[in-house]
Amino acid sequence: MAYSEKVIDHYENPRNVGSFDKDDKSVATGMVGAPACGDVMKLQLKIDANGIIEDAKFKTYGCGSAIASSSLVTEWVKGKSLEEAGKISNTEISAELALPPVKIHCSILAEDAIKAAIEDYKSKNA
Amino acid sequence: MKLPIYLDYSATTPVDPRVVEKMVQYLSVDGDFGNPASRSHRFGWQAEEAVDIAREQIADLLNADSREIVFTSGATESNNLAIKGAAHFYQKKGKHIITAKTEHKAVLDTCRQLEREGFEVTYLDPKEDGIVTPEQLKEALRDDTVLVSLMHVNNEIGVIQDIAAFGELCRANKTILHVDAAQSAGKIEIDVQKMKVDLISFSGHKIYGPKGIGALYVSRKPRIRLEAQMHGGGHERGMRSGTLATHQIVAMGEAFRIAKEEMASENERVLALRNRLLNGVNDMEEVYVNGSLENRVAGNINISFNYVEGESLVMALKDLAVSSGSACTSASLEPSYVLRAIGRDDELAHSSIRFSIGRFTTEAEIDYAIKIIRENIGRLRDMSPLWDMYKEGIDINSIEWSHH
Repeated sequence: MAYSEKVIDHYENPRNVGSFDKDDKSVATGMVGAPACGDVMKLQLKIDANGIIEDAKFKTYGCGSAIASSSLVTEWVKGKSLEEAGKISNTEISAELALPPVKIHCSILAEDAIKAAIEDYKSKNA
Repeated sequence: MKLPIYLDYSATTPVDPRVVEKMVQYLSVDGDFGNPASRSHRFGWQAEEAVDIAREQIADLLNADSREIVFTSGATESNNLAIKGAAHFYQKKGKHIITAKTEHKAVLDTCRQLEREGFEVTYLDPKEDGIVTPEQLKEALRDDTVLVSLMHVNNEIGVIQDIAAFGELCRANKTILHVDAAQSAGKIEIDVQKMKVDLISFSGHKIYGPKGIGALYVSRKPRIRLEAQMHGGGHERGMRSGTLATHQIVAMGEAFRIAKEEMASENERVLALRNRLLNGVNDMEEVYVNGSLENRVAGNINISFNYVEGESLVMALKDLAVSSGSACTSASLEPSYVLRAIGRDDELAHSSIRFSIGRFTTEAEIDYAIKIIRENIGRLRDMSPLWDMYKEGIDINSIEWSHH
């Protein structure tokens, strides 16, 4: 499979791998995908008092594109408000990484992970 | 050390330099380039003599008669000729065929074709270790079973079937037994005087010969007859027409000669390397060997690394030329049908790697492979949410995943 240099860079040097305490009220956790489908993505956002994402971490079980997509969004969401982060779309992710058509679902999964994390934060702090 | 390291000897092998040296003597104007079927001049006679010698060399490895060897283009053609040829010739005796779910596609797809022509095929389910038991075959045999096709050594998991026991059962039932021996020739003993096998398929390129040449053993006692699949000048006693590829046949003969001579010492060396590789990785957690370890050829080991996704694993092992059971790396979207047939779930099948070791593998290469496997499995698991859950004692099958 021919991957772009950006995918290979994120795959070989993934940014922000790790976890936060999911029970912490300032932490938003989104886990999407399924093992049988070959991808599971866990995205965690640490949100400060002003509602700004101050840090992000991920763990991903999946192919190179899935790892690269989640690594990329951890970079992109930092410094954004939840509302801004929620606007990141899969087309931006796939364009940035030059994903081949068969790997578009990885970028959709990354978008879903952001949305799932925001939902989690809202329900925790409702 | 040259990278990537070749650990895919079950897919194909490099041609042995001794074989290359022989082979090139049968191509150019300075060599014996004649058509072995030419009877009227020495060019033909010399080529025919070379083919005769190669036929003897191949028969020697099997303890067979050279008149029982039919040259083909490879094991796929041999399988087609054996299965279709016998089924068509003997169809008046019955239209039932038995094979197994873990056979090579060249056997399975040929059987599918016969189903379309009105034959009935029973596909045996091997045990979890990949072995088909003689009891299973005994139960499946019927009065109208005309042919049984079971492989000697499996190409993915390397397990060895009890061909001698199958032979006894088939002979007693007056059923023809065909064996695909592409992966076993030169690796374990094949003695047609001891095993009651009627048809055996061979490949040149799996045992350090060239691609594009194979053979089919066709028993003379009892005499097995086949309906030809390739018609023409009546070569190979009418069973397979087409000008004999002298250079490839000579090369295959030389490869079989070397195999007979060196099999014992080579097996010992290859087994030591295989065990070194296995011992180097199997102390890691959640590592599974696919298929029987006891009944297995020396050069094969097939391992699943749980909680690591297959494609990212192949990317991580880019310095190793290996085969993956993962769907992502192949054209089809299904993971290995062989691993599914022995009861491995999708995730384990996806995370499987076949390492196959051969004549030119070195200890330094194995040590390097162990190092990069360990580093990358660790790295990918540190990145895997499923690995975290496993470590926390969460059963990932108990979670309701959102399928996308």
